[in-house]
Amino acid sequence: MTTTTTAPRDTVGGGPREGSRPNRRPVRPARILLYVVLTLVALGWLAPLLLAVYASLRPYAETAKYGYMSLPHHLSLRYYSQAWSQGGMGKYFLNTLIITAPALVLTLFFASFIAFALARFRVPGRKTLLILFTAGNLLPPQVMVTPLYTLYNKIPLPYWLSDSGTVYDSYLGVIAIHVAFQTGFCVFVLYNYMQTIPSELTEAAVVDGAGVWRQYWRVILPLSRPALGALATLEFTWIYNDFLWALVFMSTGDKLPITSALNNLRGEFFTDYNLLAAGSMLVALPTLIVFFALQRQFVSGLTLGANKG
Amino acid sequence: MASPPVSAQAPATRASAARRRRRLSRFTRRDLVILGLLIGIPVLLDIVLIWGTTLTSIGLSFTDYNGFTSPKLVGLRNYHEIVTIYEPFWRAVRNNLLWLGVLGFIATPLGLLLAVLLDKRIRFTRVYQSIFYMPVVLSLAVVGFIAQLVYSRDYGALNSVLGRTSHPIDFLGDPSINIWAILAAAAWRHVGYVMILYLAGLKSVDPALKEAATIDGANERQTFFRVVFPTLRPINVIVLVITVIEALRAFDIVYAVNSGRNGLELLSVLVTANIVGEASRIGFGSAIAVILLATSLGFVIAYLTQILREDRR
Repeated sequence: MTTTTTAPRDTVGGGPREGSRPNRRPVRPARILLYVVLTLVALGWLAPLLLAVYASLRPYAETAKYGYMSLPHHLSLRYYSQAWSQGGMGKYFLNTLIITAPALVLTLFFASFIAFALARFRVPGRKTLLILFTAGNLLPPQVMVTPLYTLYNKIPLPYWLSDSGTVYDSYLGVIAIHVAFQTGFCVFVLYNYMQTIPSELTEAAVVDGAGVWRQYWRVILPLSRPALGALATLEFTWIYNDFLWALVFMSTGDKLPITSALNNLRGEFFTDYNLLAAGSMLVALPTLIVFFALQRQFVSGLTLGANKG
Repeated sequence: MASPPVSAQAPATRASAARRRRRLSRFTRRDLVILGLLIGIPVLLDIVLIWGTTLTSIGLSFTDYNGFTSPKLVGLRNYHEIVTIYEPFWRAVRNNLLWLGVLGFIATPLGLLLAVLLDKRIRFTRVYQSIFYMPVVLSLAVVGFIAQLVYSRDYGALNSVLGRTSHPIDFLGDPSINIWAILAAAAWRHVGYVMILYLAGLKSVDPALKEAATIDGANERQTFFRVVFPTLRPINVIVLVITVIEALRAFDIVYAVNSGRNGLELLSVLVTANIVGEASRIGFGSAIAVILLATSLGFVIAYLTQILREDRR
């Protein structure tokens, strides 16, 4: 969590400038209208989420009788515990962690090293590599699905790594495609960021006898912390929210990540939507927590890619 | 922590520029091994898993591969069948175009508008931003499910709000309107994304530009369209590409609602259905994927030229 302290103070999130100096001009009618419009839109924006929270707190019999937009008779957290136990959500959260944590670390590690190498050395084919990574991240994932499926089925893995005996239906396969896919975006962002770090810093390290690894690990990486923190929050939500890769490359239901496991809460003949609402909120919770806790990093992560400053 | 100790010595080294250059070009063996490994592994991953598979898909699209028997070349037959007799294809194309249209012409301008409004030194600007931005962090699977709560025919909130409890509208089941219901949910997410990008762009616009325009007698609207908006060009390109790519990639949300059937066909869903589904028509599905790829490539190239042009500056 050290990233929070080194993050740039004045990001898009309003910055101290906005907060500390309220508008001193006299309030005009246009101004009031502006607040009214913004507040109405904001309420409309929140409504679906609030509805889901509200539904998750009410028993099915009640909403079935009175509809979702009725006053509550009973409110309880019962559905949350039911979703947790019946849906086995603890297990699926663990699966998500098994996929997300290594994928995130590997992506940031590889991307930062490549960005460092491309920004600092005359690597042959520098521009080609940059294009290779950036464009790869923009390809539609569906194009890769079939060959990957076949490839994964052909690569054997020892049983301690994958009980299917192949990369297919193993965490490794899902992690690998996440890393390959997400590295592209991160290389692009970090490359731009590292170009703004004065080259004198690494050159001074070279004079001091630092090798490539030391320059990367001791000089560039600490200086890239704001960008890395921003990317980490962003990539966390992206990898966490993924739906497709696990759906295609996992066949054992027990190994699915939490987003794909939401469907387990659907009954064969009857679906309790309020139970699903509770499940959805549980699934959404980690990303919402990350978003609110690390909002500044999150926003600057998105804009790092877009706004090269 | 942020500044490493070596930085203090930077000025001292300026004198020996020649020696430094010689040193830079000479890597030790250990350096070369590290560079080779740490560039090599991700590049290999990227080439094999992303580009290799993409090229293989292009190859497979000219075959009748079904996953079991060995693939046989069939020329353009898959493509021919897709555009002539494969009925869901054109519905999917229409839906993808609608997706693009709604994101591009409704959600994106709305995001820009919100960004402009929030840029007006507003109180609680952080609160508004967070609210507009929140849907972006939600999994599309969750968004798809929330859509079901809102739109459900029998108990859905929207029917209650519209007062149609006796003659409820089946927002998700009626194939003539369900795509619009889903698009509203997709736009819900897209607006916040676009807003954040533009807000960042607006904050980086030099205030002196706006002041100069005001002094020259431009009103607020003129200042925005003639002075501020043109400086946002790089952001515009990125927003355009993100919009197109999102519209082409759209998958999760319809998949979560009804697996992309009954009016919610999308190209990405058709690919998955043909490849992963029981049909196992891999060659055929690949051909649809290649059509998807070809459409997005134009925009990918536009994006890259924009990036590289900036890079040259």
